[in-house]
Amino acid sequence: MSNPIVKFDNVTKRFGDFVVLEGLDFEVQQNEIVTIIGPSGSGKSTVLRVLMTLEPIQEGIVYVDGDMLWHEERNGKTVPASENHLRQMRNRMGMVFQQFNLFPHMSVRRNLTEAPVQVLGLSQQEARKRADELLEMVGLADQADKFPGQLSGGQQQRVGIARALAMRPKVMLFDEPTSALDPELVGDVLNVIRELANEHDLTMLLVTHEMQFARQISDRVCFFDRGRIREEGPPEEIFSNPKQDRTKEFLHAVLHPDE
Amino acid sequence: MLYGIHWDTSSNLAFTLSIIPILLEAMIVTLEATVIGFLLAMVIGLILAALKGVPTRIVSWPATFIIEFLRDTPLLIQLFFVFYVLPQVTGILIPAFVAGVTALGLQYSAYCAEVYRAGLEAVPKGQREAARALSFSPSYTFTRIILPQAVPRVVPALGNYLVSIMKDVPVLNVVTVLEMLTAARIIGDRTFNYLIPLSLVGALYLILTLVASFMVRYVDMRLPKRGIPLK
Amino acid sequence: MEWHQYLYPMLKGAWVTVELTFFSTILGGIFSFAFGIGKLSHNWISKAISIGYIEIFRGTSLLVQMFWLFYALPLVGQQIGINTSIPPIIAGVLALSLNIGAYGAEVVRGAIQAVPKEQYEAAKALNFTARQTMWRIALPQALPEMMPPFGNLAIQNLKDTALVSLITIADLAFIAERLRNITQDSPTVYTIALFIYFGMALVLAAGLKWLSRHLGNWRSAGGR
Repeated sequence: MSNPIVKFDNVTKRFGDFVVLEGLDFEVQQNEIVTIIGPSGSGKSTVLRVLMTLEPIQEGIVYVDGDMLWHEERNGKTVPASENHLRQMRNRMGMVFQQFNLFPHMSVRRNLTEAPVQVLGLSQQEARKRADELLEMVGLADQADKFPGQLSGGQQQRVGIARALAMRPKVMLFDEPTSALDPELVGDVLNVIRELANEHDLTMLLVTHEMQFARQISDRVCFFDRGRIREEGPPEEIFSNPKQDRTKEFLHAVLHPDE
Repeated sequence: MLYGIHWDTSSNLAFTLSIIPILLEAMIVTLEATVIGFLLAMVIGLILAALKGVPTRIVSWPATFIIEFLRDTPLLIQLFFVFYVLPQVTGILIPAFVAGVTALGLQYSAYCAEVYRAGLEAVPKGQREAARALSFSPSYTFTRIILPQAVPRVVPALGNYLVSIMKDVPVLNVVTVLEMLTAARIIGDRTFNYLIPLSLVGALYLILTLVASFMVRYVDMRLPKRGIPLK
Repeated sequence: MEWHQYLYPMLKGAWVTVELTFFSTILGGIFSFAFGIGKLSHNWISKAISIGYIEIFRGTSLLVQMFWLFYALPLVGQQIGINTSIPPIIAGVLALSLNIGAYGAEVVRGAIQAVPKEQYEAAKALNFTARQTMWRIALPQALPEMMPPFGNLAIQNLKDTALVSLITIADLAFIAERLRNITQDSPTVYTIALFIYFGMALVLAAGLKWLSRHLGNWRSAGGR
């Protein structure tokens, strides 16, 4: 098996006394689509946030595309990463947030072009071209000059996806992308994610409660509980035939909430 | 000498130490002016706010105008007005201290009126509606429901204005009220050393502001405001 | 002298007041941003200096600061042998600016901190540098928050300019006091002075309201 594009090696993360990730071993292969499910507080979002360099780790090593993320090699020793190193690594990841987090004072188009121009050094024309293509792809080409405040939640999230893609990351992270949306707007966003999964070579890591959707697009599903992966496998296995009791419990509660 | 206290110009340190008692005497005047000015401001502000809230426009508009006027004109000019114009018009001589605290009271009454209004308005409308639904009388509603919720919001703002008044007291030096800045100037005029007296006054003000802010925050903390959403 | 003859000299003084307000507010604004952002800095030296500046100039009286710059500063220079006496107009503008800058710094700091944490996360995820995040993401969102308090500070500054008359600058307050001395007609002189100040404040307030509406345009776009 080729080298994994993401690898967590015995990673522990604490918030004060609270252990959120405990000795986590986790791998994602290139172009793999992995969904993480589990109860709240299990650490699922934290995995994404650690990858996006939003949260540091206390123990263990995280590798992205073969390089250490939160550490670097200096004079033959492994030391915590400098801000420079983090900035270099950060470009490989893109993140879609539950609350979209669009920049309200910028137009939709500018939300997409600002980082490519300021961070990647693209010219305004190149960035604009890229932005227009992405807006086309997520079905919002006609909203380019509107402001986030004028868009629905579903539209904002699609812009959020386009904004992350504009940086051409290798790994796309989706942190509960539809949890903050009105039910009727969820479908549009899921369609965009599905298209991304099917038609593009992207490694995708999703945290979501949309079980049907996870089943449809995932290559692998990981069930997280209390800081570790309790069970993982292809979606048919996990959803139809979970082996662990805790997994069964969780799935039952989520898929049949009224029983 | 000032207040019967001599200063010692033999060395900088001796000078500094010898004028501290003088400045402390003057500080008492500063504090007196602050407190009286503040009380005046609270009362006048209350009257103005009440008048502004009256539905009849003949009453509320002049009140609104007065509040705006007091808020938008400098304390110094208001002070000159009280000190020079009122005696000339009414024939009553007004002592400097009285003119001073009156001007302070007028200037800050406008701010207090605004604070009262904001505090009352911040109480959710639903409170009045619930009170009416429960058939409480208007006066009961005001004193037992609205006011207790308005006061915690009002106190920090009023406290800040108290500290501001204290910092405005030196303006009274132009009508020769003997507060700290006046004392420093007198000492400076006579010894030609302004540096030490003025710096000391600055330092004393820093300390006073710190203490006053502390007290305001203490009062704010001890206010009964359990369960009242303050954001 | 007839009352309408007071008008010309007073309006000349009023113009000085306008200039003073203008320059001290702008300079004060620069201080506000410099020290407001400085207080949020991770560099402990910047942070310490900013906090020191803010506490000193907010914690002492403006008039005391003004007198200090005018009377005491030259004496500091005397002790160390350089000429640090500054012309009254500089002392006046400087005192006003430093004072309003300290209050403004807290406004700037508060507004920047009010920008939701998620915005900083989104900026980080897109790999903006700290400086880019501050200038392109945080400050533009903080500016509309700052305008109302800044507006109040500007009007306060206008009123505070009257104090420079006490260090011999010929502003409206100075001219008014001189006219009163000459004519002994304090009611008329001071009433006119009050109304001129009132008028200036209203114009300033209107201008600021226009400015804040212009800056916060993107906020009203939508209304969801």
